[in-house]
Amino acid sequence: MTGAVFHALLSHWRRAPLQLFTLIAGLALATGLWSGVQAINAEARASYDAAAATLGEGRFARIEAATGGEVTQAQYVALRRAGWLVSPVVQGRLGGVRLVGIDPLTAPGGIGPAAEEADISAFLGGAGQIFGRAEVLAALPETGAEPVLAPDVAPGTALTDISLALRLLKRDSIDALLVAPEQPIGRPELAEIAPDLVLRPPQPGSEVGRLTDSFHLNLTAFGLLCFAVGIFIVHGAVGLAFEQRRPVIRTLRALGVPLRRLVALMLLELLAFALVAGVIGVGLGWLLAARLLPDVAATLRGLYGADVAGGLALRPAWWLSGLGIAVLGTGLAAGAALWRIATMPLLAAGGRRAWAMAEARMARGQGAAALALLLLAAGLAVWGEGLVAGFALLGAGLIGAALALPLLLGAALGLAARLAHGPLMQWFWADTRQQLPGLSLALMALMLAMAANIGVSTMVGSFRATFAEFLDQRLAPELYVETADDAQARAVEALLAPRIRAVLPLASVEIEVEGIPTELNLARPDPTYPENWRLLRATERPWERLAAGEGVLVSEQLARRAGLSLGDPVRLGPETALPVLGIHGDYGNPLGQVIVTEALFAQLQPEIVPRRFGLRLDPAEVPEIRAALTGMGLPEGAITDQAAVKRFSMQVFERTFAVTAALNVLTLAVAGFAMLMSLLTLAALRLPQLAPVWALGLTRRRLAALEMGRAVLLAALTAVVALPVGLALAWVLLAVVNVAAFGWRLPMTAFPWDYARLGLFALLAAGLAALWPAIRLARTPPAALLGVFAHER
Amino acid sequence: MNVRLFILLALPATAQAQGFAGLGGTAGEFALPEPDTVLSFPADHGAHPAYRIEWWYLTANLTDPDGTPYGLQWTLFRSALAPREGDGWESPQLWLGHAAVTTADTHLFTERLARGGIGQAGVTVTPFEAWIDDWRMAGERFEALNLAASGPDFAYDMRLEARGPLVLHGDEGYSVKSAEGQASYYYSQPFFDIAGTLTLPEGAVELTGSAWFDHEWSSQPLSERQTGWDWFSLSFEGGAKLMGFRLREGEDEGYTYASWIAPDGRLTPYVGSFAAEPLETTRLGAAELPVRWAVRLPEEGVEIEVEALNAAAWNALTPPYWEGPVVVTGSHQGQGYLEMTGYE
Repeated sequence: MTGAVFHALLSHWRRAPLQLFTLIAGLALATGLWSGVQAINAEARASYDAAAATLGEGRFARIEAATGGEVTQAQYVALRRAGWLVSPVVQGRLGGVRLVGIDPLTAPGGIGPAAEEADISAFLGGAGQIFGRAEVLAALPETGAEPVLAPDVAPGTALTDISLALRLLKRDSIDALLVAPEQPIGRPELAEIAPDLVLRPPQPGSEVGRLTDSFHLNLTAFGLLCFAVGIFIVHGAVGLAFEQRRPVIRTLRALGVPLRRLVALMLLELLAFALVAGVIGVGLGWLLAARLLPDVAATLRGLYGADVAGGLALRPAWWLSGLGIAVLGTGLAAGAALWRIATMPLLAAGGRRAWAMAEARMARGQGAAALALLLLAAGLAVWGEGLVAGFALLGAGLIGAALALPLLLGAALGLAARLAHGPLMQWFWADTRQQLPGLSLALMALMLAMAANIGVSTMVGSFRATFAEFLDQRLAPELYVETADDAQARAVEALLAPRIRAVLPLASVEIEVEGIPTELNLARPDPTYPENWRLLRATERPWERLAAGEGVLVSEQLARRAGLSLGDPVRLGPETALPVLGIHGDYGNPLGQVIVTEALFAQLQPEIVPRRFGLRLDPAEVPEIRAALTGMGLPEGAITDQAAVKRFSMQVFERTFAVTAALNVLTLAVAGFAMLMSLLTLAALRLPQLAPVWALGLTRRRLAALEMGRAVLLAALTAVVALPVGLALAWVLLAVVNVAAFGWRLPMTAFPWDYARLGLFALLAAGLAALWPAIRLARTPPAALLGVFAHER
Repeated sequence: MNVRLFILLALPATAQAQGFAGLGGTAGEFALPEPDTVLSFPADHGAHPAYRIEWWYLTANLTDPDGTPYGLQWTLFRSALAPREGDGWESPQLWLGHAAVTTADTHLFTERLARGGIGQAGVTVTPFEAWIDDWRMAGERFEALNLAASGPDFAYDMRLEARGPLVLHGDEGYSVKSAEGQASYYYSQPFFDIAGTLTLPEGAVELTGSAWFDHEWSSQPLSERQTGWDWFSLSFEGGAKLMGFRLREGEDEGYTYASWIAPDGRLTPYVGSFAAEPLETTRLGAAELPVRWAVRLPEEGVEIEVEALNAAAWNALTPPYWEGPVVVTGSHQGQGYLEMTGYE
């Protein structure tokens, strides 16, 4: 019997293949978008972890030369012989690859690649070994050492024994010492052993992961929204399918199929769909991620200097979570429909009245739920604090708005009906209202799709606008140069100062301001700064006063955390406290930032000689200056053409934007499709209601036109509701979630033309969806309409 | 990479996961001990880089002013990737230090790793100094040394004074280790008096007692069939001492050897007479270890029971093994140290 029942249930999909398509497509789309974004995030995280594992970045305290120079072998041995458990690290550029040398004998646990078949004699002795990813090994020049494929080494990094690294880099001293977390008792102070060295505690804040969290959070939010849209579409499709199967269910139950088995079989059916759609979705997500990841990797590299592998690794956890989210999504989407079937009286399932009564109960419950959720969202917006509250606000607001939509539309239509003149218009409004329950799921999906589109494009657009400006500020110099030591720094400045427009020394040192870890940066008085930097808040003539040493600039993060306003004094040393002249945006930086003039920097940090320079020059001169610098012996890797980085980063944003636009069209298309299915379903049911109107003299064409107009009208009303919801969504993402997560706020930019275009698309989608049912109505044979009166219904 | 794994594979001297079997096998380009070699001091106190493995091993039985017994271990291993010394970071000589402190209810242990060539670890002869990081055994003369080591939960600083001569095991220091003829150079200074300060997290303790120093080097001391050893260094009341070991071949008793050392330092070697039979075992992790033994050397009238002061003296180091102080009862009374390897 089970087989027969299953067969009967499945026969529905044979009769309605488009509905099946909607269901699978919606679910696959939701899963694909979600898992694609997850894959990108997971890959990036794995890359950061590999970086941390390779270099111990952020996990271990480091000992470095106080003046930023090198640590000698003698200092290392002296520290070891005094009982300090430290391990040397050396790094440099070799053929475009970052070569890192470690000492596996003293390295703290977890450093370096976990090579299953590590052979110490090969690593330490003989010609040596170099560990790295395939692309890194391929980029290495011939070294004589054995290349070993190790996917867990940080991207762009080759790892080898310190002896080989020193030989290949032609060096004889060490960059830094990693300090093991557990040290022996009775060890002398660092200053007694090596007064020239300083101990820098581990700085979780400097982990690349932190810097890029904002980017990933935005991606995650994007994935979540897309998933929500997909789930509403599925909800619509499942709801329709179940409604259309009412007679089948009634018949099956009347034939004696137990309710429990029926529900179980329907669950099984949905589970099968979920798994099929999940597999397709994971595949889609894979394609999406594989296509986007190189761009994302480039963005992260360009913006934050974080290396992320451009290739995608297959992670079982990711596959499984993709399938899981598909099943979960189906459960969310179908739960209510199944519950209704499970709780309805035996024969009532087929009766329209029973359905309508259930519908009415639902509507009341829905209204109450919407109100509760929106109140919760409002409460969270006012009193909520932190990331969880931000996300809760997001969820409550969106679902609340979606649930409230039918009520809002109903109210609007009721108002219109009261204002309407003439019987036709009164009938039109009343009839539209009467159709609302059947269309509400499709309209909710449409509303959510539009709101998500508005929210996401506002967010991405604001992100892009902010970062474009930020890049312009920060990457104004045409070339950046990094020198290896003080002598080279002076030589570079001497060489370039007479030849180019400006040489801007750059240096940064970590200090504490009001107990907050802060970077102290220097700015040489130069038109570059006032011309490019936009301050969020500023006093009169901030740059001139900065140049005169009358004050400092602080970043937004520092101002927020330390509660600094313009004019407040910032204490930078025992005898130095200067007022805040301006507050600048410093997006993505977990540390605070204070900018002082070059002279003051030299006075505060006399031991630090700037070794990095931003060069202002005619872009046409870039190749010439680059050649001059490499002629001095600077490696290629030490010279960065920031115009290229900027162009690159902007390209990535453009692509992200293009992808967003494509997703917008896609989600709208699917929402439109859901509407088409709803209208088609209703069309068949509505014949008895239309026949009397036709009989009173309205032509079929006129009726069809009214049907079309109705769909477009509903879409327009939905768009009106979607706009504020979408803007609220964007606001929550930018001003609540981002601030809670990172301490800085992305300024929100509105894009009215985009919204207008989106609205047009929505109307177009609704019109297209209504076209086919309307044409069918226009072509309904009069006999069919007459037949309505013949049948006693 | 996983440093532990790395080191396990790294140190041929201290073998692979299945135990100390790595000590077997071929010596390759490394030098091999030859019989009839005359050891020469102080030169032979130093390192022998042409040989693959070498260790300077000191164990001590001490008591605090209340008479509470303590055990100390200080060990420096050398393991060569190639039979030469190299300059700077390129040196193929790897060094490994183990230190431990044992009481009846605690066992603290720690290790250090280093490579030769940069000054982080090594051994010099005049003045004598064996060191790795801040751990050192050093003095103007070998007969009077300072000994220091530190770890996260202990540190000690001791003074050693030799009260007797060096003793050369086997045939004048040529110590055969298997029926196939595997051998090492092996001598001891079992007559050190020791005194000094042990620092524990709860405070410092002044300790005095006696210490036993071993120095051994070779390139393949075990045959391929040998899976581990049980090694005893015992000091009896009256001044006589016994060094005995058995090199197990799987479940078999294997090759045994003993040096009987008279109070004046005269040494009598015994091949095959020494017998050690487990009486009681204890389970430590995956290993089942004998912690009470019946030990016999009939030629010297030795019929004793040797029991661990602390059965849990397991050095979970690279490689893991058991090393701890023991108490001797029976025909002779005394104390000493027991080392058990290859039980993993």
